Amino acid sequence: MSFVVIKLVSQRIALGLLLLLAATVLIFIGTQILPGDVAQSILGQSATPEALANLRRDLGLNEPALNRYFSWLGNALQGDLGTALTNGKDIAESISGRLQNTLFLAACAAVVSIPLAIFLGLLAVRYRNRWPDKMISAITLATISVPEFILGYIVMYFVAVKLQWLPSVAIVRPDMSVFDRFEAVAMPVIVLTFVVLAHMMRMTRAAILNVMESAYIETAELKGLSAFRIIASHAMPNAISPIVNVVMLNLAYLVVGVVVVEVVFVYPGMGQYLVDHVSKRDVPVVQATGLIFAAVYILLNTTADIIAILANPRLRHPK
Amino acid sequence: MSELLRVRDLKIGAHVIPPDGDPFDIEIVHGVSFDLKKGQVLGLIGESGAGKSTIGLSALAYGRGGVEITGGEVFINGSDILKDSLGNLRKLRGHVVTYVSQSAAASFNPAKKLMTQVTESCIQHNLCSQSEAEERAVTLFRKLGLPEPETIGDRYPHQVSGGQLQRVMTAMALCPQPDLVVFDEPTTALDVTTQIDVLAAIKEAIRDTGVGALYITHDLAVVAQVSDQIMVLQNGNTVEYGDTEQIINRPAEAYTQALVSIRSAEHAEKLPTDAPVLKVDGISARYPGTKFDVLDDVSLELRPGQTLAIVGESGSGKSTLARTITGLLPQRSGEITFDGRGLTQTLAERSKEDLRELQMIYQMADVAMNPRQTIAMIIGRPLEFYFGLRGSERDKRVRELMDEIELGPEFLSRYPAELSGGQKQRVCIARALAAKPKLIICDEVTSALDPLVADGILKLLLNLQKIEGVSYLFITHDLATVKSIADTIAVMHRGKVVRYGPKSQVLSPPFDDYTDLLLSSVPEMKSGWLEDVIAHRKMESAGN
Amino acid sequence: MTRIPTSALIGLVITAAYFLAALFAPLIAPFGVGEIVGDVWEPMSSKYLLGTDGIGRDLLSRMIYGGRTTIFVALAATILSFTLGTILALTAVVVGGWVDMALSRFIDLIMSIPTLIFALVVLSVMPVTILVLILVMGLLDVTRVYRLARAVAQDINVMDYVEAARLRGEGTPWIVFREILPNALSPLVAELGMRFIFMVLFVSTLSFLGLGIQPPEADWGGIVKENKEGIVYGIPAALIPAFAIATLAISVNLVADWVLSRTTSLKGGR
Repeated sequence: MSFVVIKLVSQRIALGLLLLLAATVLIFIGTQILPGDVAQSILGQSATPEALANLRRDLGLNEPALNRYFSWLGNALQGDLGTALTNGKDIAESISGRLQNTLFLAACAAVVSIPLAIFLGLLAVRYRNRWPDKMISAITLATISVPEFILGYIVMYFVAVKLQWLPSVAIVRPDMSVFDRFEAVAMPVIVLTFVVLAHMMRMTRAAILNVMESAYIETAELKGLSAFRIIASHAMPNAISPIVNVVMLNLAYLVVGVVVVEVVFVYPGMGQYLVDHVSKRDVPVVQATGLIFAAVYILLNTTADIIAILANPRLRHPK
Repeated sequence: MSELLRVRDLKIGAHVIPPDGDPFDIEIVHGVSFDLKKGQVLGLIGESGAGKSTIGLSALAYGRGGVEITGGEVFINGSDILKDSLGNLRKLRGHVVTYVSQSAAASFNPAKKLMTQVTESCIQHNLCSQSEAEERAVTLFRKLGLPEPETIGDRYPHQVSGGQLQRVMTAMALCPQPDLVVFDEPTTALDVTTQIDVLAAIKEAIRDTGVGALYITHDLAVVAQVSDQIMVLQNGNTVEYGDTEQIINRPAEAYTQALVSIRSAEHAEKLPTDAPVLKVDGISARYPGTKFDVLDDVSLELRPGQTLAIVGESGSGKSTLARTITGLLPQRSGEITFDGRGLTQTLAERSKEDLRELQMIYQMADVAMNPRQTIAMIIGRPLEFYFGLRGSERDKRVRELMDEIELGPEFLSRYPAELSGGQKQRVCIARALAAKPKLIICDEVTSALDPLVADGILKLLLNLQKIEGVSYLFITHDLATVKSIADTIAVMHRGKVVRYGPKSQVLSPPFDDYTDLLLSSVPEMKSGWLEDVIAHRKMESAGN
Repeated sequence: MTRIPTSALIGLVITAAYFLAALFAPLIAPFGVGEIVGDVWEPMSSKYLLGTDGIGRDLLSRMIYGGRTTIFVALAATILSFTLGTILALTAVVVGGWVDMALSRFIDLIMSIPTLIFALVVLSVMPVTILVLILVMGLLDVTRVYRLARAVAQDINVMDYVEAARLRGEGTPWIVFREILPNALSPLVAELGMRFIFMVLFVSTLSFLGLGIQPPEADWGGIVKENKEGIVYGIPAALIPAFAIATLAISVNLVADWVLSRTTSLKGGR
């Protein structure tokens, strides 16, 4: 491990932390300083002035914005995300179970879609410009043209209602067996897989094609190496970094897809929790969940960059 | 000597997929035949589009991109490899026939050590053990004059220089002890002083190993040094095929004669006349954010109606000098005087008159013109901008300029993409002339062109100088070009002017070390030149 | 160059049909947008070509009016993001220096939060009106337009012909409008199509989540939301807007692909 790599990686980690800090500022600004009056929004136009004043005091809206930001940030750092306005419950407590559910769902989707996408991407490269490639790109075009929630209902309509293979809503309880859990998330996983598969496949295809068109692959061919040796020994070491990058970017994309899919299948995860409380205008909950989503997103993007740095031979073996 | 390679009536086609419209097939090599005996070298020479690389790769039965061998026979050691299965071809490639490409930098896998890649063919074809292959490799590294031959194999491709990488690639091709090596422009991407060393190393390796070779290049002087026979190709046809000595000294065909005699005519040097049109006095410059002077105390003068050639290799600072004079890169110290008045450091502060009188022509004509403008618009804009010419007045002047660059008026409505490389460069010259400049900076204007086309551009420039009395600051790495166009020469090396004066003086002894190295490295079109130079250099270094 | 490939032609025709239907919605729609005309979830018939929705409104009429809203909001947001993004990007490239630095870093920052999450955060405190929707969607999407336009303009800005124009002494307006913009236009127009698709999907998603177009106004995402309960009973009403969104998106995509392929051929490159 060279000095340059350590330096670049630590720079990237520092940048990630900085972005996270900036994201807290943005989320805070987004919910607090925008022209809309939070108290007014919560209580509606018919609220009495006294009720508004009380709520403003309860929310700490009378304090300067800067003070409110730092006390929010300080508490969040200690794991205290505040209490929900709507039911007065501790947010951190409500979130923990839901976060687990969401991560379980996302992990299942990732486990299914990543190998599938890489396999199909390789297939598209292998049969480039022939029918498997064309079919794959047609399906890609179709799936990226349909929003996640509609994909959800299409799958639900055919799989759950017409074929009756699976239940139409994904209810999970803590006391469920592992098998039941998998059955419950099957449909959301199918939908999420569709959602990220297209992008991941397309980007994998492009990444591998890029490597396969390099002059050093031609050199390998002119050495009379077998197709397997060329792919395993010359293409793969150089394709891993772009593919890992593709996977990470799509996992980040998955984080967003999860929000909508959870709503469709009434799955008790973070996304549903967020959407629910946005409509109820429960600002502390929105801030907390928004922050967690942003953190996961930044974490994945940072990981992608770090892997790209680690995989670069020019950086690993400097002159 | 037995027959190694026999090619009969080779036809090669390409499948073209244009972005708009249907794919179609064209033939790019139309029935070429030649023979090569063991241990002999055949030079394939031609301009771009001659089909020489394609023919070279056919010795490995390989077509690049949409290229496909459509007819004929290629015999290697008596068997037609075009009839071979892919499995048999794999046994041939990398064992019997190997390949050295133009850009070694791109041809090595960036993720693997050089030694692994050099020995890979031996190991994969079960020719010898890993340790034996490494022994062979080290021997070859030493023979090819690579530094630290024992350990250079542990490095990664990006850790060695371009010239060294080209030699490692030669070692890679020789390691499996093939019968035939295809060298595809192996020295074209190198600086001239590096080229001579690589060329000598390749020639020695060919001689010592007794391998047969196809040597592909566009430079007749280079191929004359290494080959026994030469085949001249043009547009996929054989123009002339014979012994090297005959092709160089007694070419039969007009095309070959033109290639041989390129730039043999020198242009008579003009004497210093009036006050200089451009005076560069003690210029130093560096790029923002760096701590290294790319230009270090450069002083030069250029007289009206004359040509000052700046000669140097990559990294010598010659193009940076152009950027500083045009105001794109402000100098850190020093003065530039143009036509008796001082030029400001930055472009923004210069008067329209200064801008008009100092024009520039670029190396890559195709990116120097806006692809969305017609030729008429491109040439017309300076007329409009500097002289306020409009309508028929402007059109008349545009036509006059088209006459001067010897292009017909039918080109006026065309877009740059519809023109050939030489035509594009002519339009760029017309655009510069339209401003009625006193000085034109020509930055490697001929180096992207084929030799015959480049020759035409040089003649045009000289002719225009006679008519318009314009001065040229001519930047180039090519000494042959310098001889045919310059009145005064400045040799640059690592940001400094190492030699400067009238052409006759700069090009005659006594030389400083660098100019000597540079001048003696330019291949000359006579056999035995390479040996003479190398022998001479060895003698000198022994003398020291 | 005059020949339009079949796929692009199909795309153009379908796109045009949707836009015309949106434009002339009141003339085409057989019933009013909020008019209850029949029973709940009536099947397709000659009277109700697409059947009726969850409270007995004519689905075809709702689809036509819904398309009008969806296309209008998406188009307005696209125009906003596109104009602002392109102007900012061109300014950044041509002016360069710290302006470019500051703008680019700020855009990076906004992009570190997923767009949908950011939109949800903001919409939790803002009153959800059509204007707010257009502003939020448009402004958040400026980031992507900026990145693309900056990359394209940067590539062109370093070309010798732009340098030649600078050396000639041309002013910034000439360089931007005569040298850079004509060459950046095709990739940007293709991107315009992609952004429009994204906006259609985005506004539909927001409406579906109940945070977009508010009832009784109709839009495609909202129609899915209103009829989603029907799915469980095997009533495919909610899938009709799905079909509309998908066909519109694919059509625009085909047109965008064609525009993009024309760019490469005009450059004269391979």
